[in-house]
Amino acid sequence: MGPIMKVTSQPSADTLTLVLDGELDASSAVVLDTELNKPGLLNYRKVLIDCQRLSYISSAGLGVFISHLQRLQDSDVKLVFYNMQEKVFNVFEILGLDSLMNIVPTAEEAQAA
Amino acid sequence: MQDHIRISCSRQNLQQVRDFVRGFLLAAQRSELVVNQVVLAVDEVVANFIIHANGEDANQFLDLLLVLSDHHLDIEIEDHGSNLFLPQGATPSPDLREYIRQGRKGGMGMTLVSRIMDRVEFFERNSHTICHLSKVLV
Repeated sequence: MGPIMKVTSQPSADTLTLVLDGELDASSAVVLDTELNKPGLLNYRKVLIDCQRLSYISSAGLGVFISHLQRLQDSDVKLVFYNMQEKVFNVFEILGLDSLMNIVPTAEEAQAA
Repeated sequence: MQDHIRISCSRQNLQQVRDFVRGFLLAAQRSELVVNQVVLAVDEVVANFIIHANGEDANQFLDLLLVLSDHHLDIEIEDHGSNLFLPQGATPSPDLREYIRQGRKGGMGMTLVSRIMDRVEFFERNSHTICHLSKVLV
């Protein structure tokens, strides 16, 4: 079986976009954690998470974002999610994370956030 | 309708579990949102059994049984490992702002399960741990 989560990093000026493709669970969350742990991340003003092809997230995936959020905020790096599928957004809603995370509908709104 | 699957205790098998639950519920013509919620609840419990109860010992295995009768879904997950795993109830309302402040990774899985399913029970049967989940699918 191939990897169930692919993370593509797209740096551009002061913004880093991470494109997620696949399912984020207790097995694959480490792939995202590795990307968010890279020290260069804190040199950006914004980290955008493109969720268009993120088809599933479990608590392990949510935990990766939660575990990095304070560190990013402390370094004035904005974390913004966009293009999120309804079923994935629903998981954020069930826990109430949709009110604590910056989630916008489109790439344009993410760029402007 | 009902169906059954057996997996070994490796987190690599979580995808197989999700595909199994998805296939079962989509065949029963349930909405994508409901299907994803139930898939998530099962994934969280199975991940707990694999990682916390069995230490990812691939020689151990779990049985998963799904039964759908009218609108009532019953799910039984049986852990064949030798360690009884009877977790206390989920934190009903975890303080997520505090989780963020602490950079905490875990502690939300069983909260999700309890918010998605109508009933969540862990009990012992024949020296095995059983998790029974149920939900009325509307």
